Amino acid sequence: MFEANQLSVAIWLPIIGAIAVLATGNDQRAGLARVLALLVSIVTFLVTLLLYTGFDKASAKLQYIEDTPWISALNINYSLGIDGIALLLILLTSFITIIVIISAWKVIREKVAQYMAAFLIMEGLMIGVFSATDAILFYVFWEAMLIPMFLIIGIWGGPNRIYATIKFFLYTLLGSLLMLVALVYLYFAGNGSFALADLYTIKLTLAEQIWIFLAFFMAFAVKIPMFPVHTWLPDAHVEAPTGGSVVLAAIMLKMGAYGFIRFNLPITPDASHTLSGFIIALSLIAIVYIAMVALAQTDMKKLIAYSSISHMGFVTLGLFVFNKMAIEGAVIQMISHGFISGAMFLCVGVLYDRMHTRKMSDYGGVANTMPKFAAFMMLFAMANAGLPGTSGFVGEFLVILGVFQVNVWYAIIAGTTLVLGAAYTLWMYKRVIFGAINNKNVETLNDITNREGLYLLILTITVLVMGLWPAPFLDVIHTSVDRVLALSSVTKL
Amino acid sequence: MMDSMKLVYLAIPLVCLFAAIVAGLFGRQIGRTGAHTITIAGVATACALSIYVYVDVMAGNTFNGTVYIWGISDNFPFEVGFLIDSLTATMMVIVTFVSLMVHIYTIGYMHEDPGYQRFFSYISLFTFSMLMLVMSNNFLQLFFGWEAVGLVSYLLIGFWYTRDSAIYANMKAFLVNRVGDLGFLIGIAAIYATFGTLDYNAVFASVPEVINQSIEVIPGSEWSIISFICIMLFIGAMGKSAQVPLHVWLPDSMEGPTPISALIHAATMVTAGIFMVARTSPLFEFSETALSVVMIIGAITAFFMALLGLVQNDIKRVVAYSTLSQLGYMTVGLGVSGYAASIFHLGTHAFFKALLFLAAGSVIIAMHHEQDMRKMGGLRKFLPWTYITAVIGSLALAGIPPFAGFFSKDLIIESVHHSELFGSGIAYVAVLSGVILTAFYSFRLLFMTFHGRPRMDQHTLQHVKESPMVVILPLLLLAIPSMIAGAMFIQPMAFSDYFSGSILVLPQHDVIGQIAEHYHDKSTVEIVFGFMLHGIMQPPFWLAIGGIFLAWLFYIRRPELPGRVTESVKPLYNLLLNKYYLDDFNQKFFANGTVGIGRLLSKFGDTVFIDGWLVNGTAKAVGYFSRILKPLQSGLVNQYAFAMIIGLLVLMTWFLSVN
Repeated sequence: MFEANQLSVAIWLPIIGAIAVLATGNDQRAGLARVLALLVSIVTFLVTLLLYTGFDKASAKLQYIEDTPWISALNINYSLGIDGIALLLILLTSFITIIVIISAWKVIREKVAQYMAAFLIMEGLMIGVFSATDAILFYVFWEAMLIPMFLIIGIWGGPNRIYATIKFFLYTLLGSLLMLVALVYLYFAGNGSFALADLYTIKLTLAEQIWIFLAFFMAFAVKIPMFPVHTWLPDAHVEAPTGGSVVLAAIMLKMGAYGFIRFNLPITPDASHTLSGFIIALSLIAIVYIAMVALAQTDMKKLIAYSSISHMGFVTLGLFVFNKMAIEGAVIQMISHGFISGAMFLCVGVLYDRMHTRKMSDYGGVANTMPKFAAFMMLFAMANAGLPGTSGFVGEFLVILGVFQVNVWYAIIAGTTLVLGAAYTLWMYKRVIFGAINNKNVETLNDITNREGLYLLILTITVLVMGLWPAPFLDVIHTSVDRVLALSSVTKL
Repeated sequence: MMDSMKLVYLAIPLVCLFAAIVAGLFGRQIGRTGAHTITIAGVATACALSIYVYVDVMAGNTFNGTVYIWGISDNFPFEVGFLIDSLTATMMVIVTFVSLMVHIYTIGYMHEDPGYQRFFSYISLFTFSMLMLVMSNNFLQLFFGWEAVGLVSYLLIGFWYTRDSAIYANMKAFLVNRVGDLGFLIGIAAIYATFGTLDYNAVFASVPEVINQSIEVIPGSEWSIISFICIMLFIGAMGKSAQVPLHVWLPDSMEGPTPISALIHAATMVTAGIFMVARTSPLFEFSETALSVVMIIGAITAFFMALLGLVQNDIKRVVAYSTLSQLGYMTVGLGVSGYAASIFHLGTHAFFKALLFLAAGSVIIAMHHEQDMRKMGGLRKFLPWTYITAVIGSLALAGIPPFAGFFSKDLIIESVHHSELFGSGIAYVAVLSGVILTAFYSFRLLFMTFHGRPRMDQHTLQHVKESPMVVILPLLLLAIPSMIAGAMFIQPMAFSDYFSGSILVLPQHDVIGQIAEHYHDKSTVEIVFGFMLHGIMQPPFWLAIGGIFLAWLFYIRRPELPGRVTESVKPLYNLLLNKYYLDDFNQKFFANGTVGIGRLLSKFGDTVFIDGWLVNGTAKAVGYFSRILKPLQSGLVNQYAFAMIIGLLVLMTWFLSVN
């Protein structure tokens, strides 16, 4: 029973668990809610870990397949299945959820059960997005997952949360609706099926492909976010509570890139090749332009948000040069960015919980009072700057190596991140952590607690292991990337 | 046999890493003594094992093998592995020996510092990183080590993180190095794209096959792929080895504690670029364009940085500019294919420059952290050991026989003299003029610090005393190789097959081979004396003597002269004092420029254009249309009913007409 429905378990376990957490009621039993939420998240992580250990790396086929009719009239099925890429993203999701729950332990004091439940529900829905192999099922998970996120920002967010939520909502809604239109078109153009495998075989003219590509592109580019539809992200991050920022940066941004891999490349391969120059241009703009914008920020969260956009530029760049090493680099960059951006937002959260400000000018000399924290943040800052030995290097390195084989200049322009990425990250570090103490609030700061140290340590180990030995991550995606490349190089004309 | 050696190779870097981790994470538990005991034990073990490996390599046992597979992508296994040959073994001994000296010295130099354990952890971590760099058998691991030493350098320059100047200097160092690293990374990408591998031996073996391949970086102009790769790699070397114009970070790095100035910013890390070019000689040999670039950049650095050394008053900065200039000499040597001469100079320089830095540190302790030489003078009576060792270091640096620097520097200058490479004439003039400058500034330092009348205040003067034994011992141990390493190694390194197998020189570039012809069939002793005799009859020796004489004239005999000379060449003096205004230019143009563009883009690109026009504009447009349409939703049922009837009529008409 468990064997056959392992993916369903991973999706529904946290959602059912969330209902149990909600059932603990009001904040008087907040402690119970926390423990329960942590237990659910750990069990879910173990379930996804079993997905990894049982995964057949050599096979190019989707694995853990489930298929049940759902809305028979429209031939919509509840069908699941994952390849190596989805597997890594699912693991990332369940891992980050544990970290988020630990990080919220003491920080969230109001509506604790609801907060924890929102993250658990979101976890289940996000795993659903990564495992759905029916386009409508994918769409349902895709849209549903936004609801807990809106609630998280709207309820536990900062003072300007309403503006940020509406901006976020409108941006994503616009994209999502176009995706739905494209799916309906494909349903009628093909043989009346929403199964992804069927969508991959539909013959389409180049004009059709370009329209469908652009419709999907709108949905996914907003989510990544790509330049120029990125401006919702800094606002959303600034207003979101720490946990919301972490999930947003670590997992939600990856869904856009995942969408490109599942929809654009295989469904509209010819359009993907035709428009690749356009995507590459936007990616390079994201890497350089956004890095420069990041330099100008005075708010830590905004800076990290822009840094995320710039790093995601490597993902889209890697996907659209149609080179195996570049695509593998892009996938690794997605996972690594999940850890690093999550860690960076958690670091800001640690500071924010103490000082209630995100402005860099309110800090300075934190290393004097929080040496342990300074050491952790140094490591994450270096990882963010792509230092070899940390996970941040692996993806960027592989993408640059792959892209160079296609075009020297793409590689050189992308490579400027070596300088710019280090510049904004280390400049922030210098302004916040280094220096002499020049205000009273910094002087009275307490170093990290054991709980904070715990999750920062877990992330540190992860970032270092992935940087020093990325083989276990790379090994599961080889055949999946081959399949993506094969699907995207068969013409549909 | 092979397996046990493999364990030894592994142990050498790992003992340093282990010590660094223990001292870093458990510094409070093990205390100060624990921290320095474990790190010194670690690096001493590494040093002993390195010497063992060196002897083993000299006996002909080289090694090339994988430690583990880092990751596979596109079916290519990226590996971490070791290549142990004479070049590697030489570097390992230099690195671990200087590191051991610096570790011991640190006990005395940092004993009052609250960050004592942290400091020991960093320098052991540095030793680990540097060893991984030199022991690598592929470009990926080379880059790993490259960046790791950069990280530790960053941490150590900013060791006193409350000082504004220190945290400015460390960021500057990291970013300037990153500019070089961009070139390096592109070079690595080009190597992978060309050769399909990053393994040294595999790459070098297939160089002849790609010699005619070209790359079109700028449309319309075809470049040889080898030249492109070499120049990109060299840009990396320019960052790390501080060649003009990427040298600007090194003088500022003096903000770090003196022991690391000796270890990282003089003896080892900054020579990584020199090592890298020597290591990749099988590539550089096939691009005379790249060799010319290397030589010219080196010559510019050697001469112009020596000039800056003349006007510095901070004792550490004099030594820092001297390091820049000497790195320039090594680079020139690489450019004329005298790789062996450059590595030879790298080695002797590591000893005498570490010695000079540590001696300067000893002076700084005695002076209670005063670094301005104008406030020193007459210290030789108070600091006899420091003085003697500083004299030895200065003589070696100035290139006076029989001290170590004479042999290695003279070999470079002779190599340039024999070279027929494009531009070698100018380079020869630059390195010759550099000799007189070198001798002048090093003896200027010596005379200003140790000779003449004491110029410090009474309070300081009363407290001047010689440094403790832990400081003096490393000075003495470094003074020995500074005296004899040149005579000892001139024959094996330059005139034997020491580097065969690790460094490739094509016959048409073999300048050292031409010099060696003069010493054919001679014993080691004959070579040493022959080389010295020959040297004494050549211009460099007399230029050095002239430089020392001038320094004596200016700072001992006629102390009023420097003031008058600087007055008469005021514009030149100011140019030098302001370091050719390069720092100002970089700050204003690159740093402020980039941040300025960032602010503009943030304000006008993101806020005004995208958010203001596109996003909020869309929202406003929707609002506008909704205002137009709003009267329709009047809430009056009769209006709605009317609209429905009209709508129904229209639909029915359409439906009927279609059918």
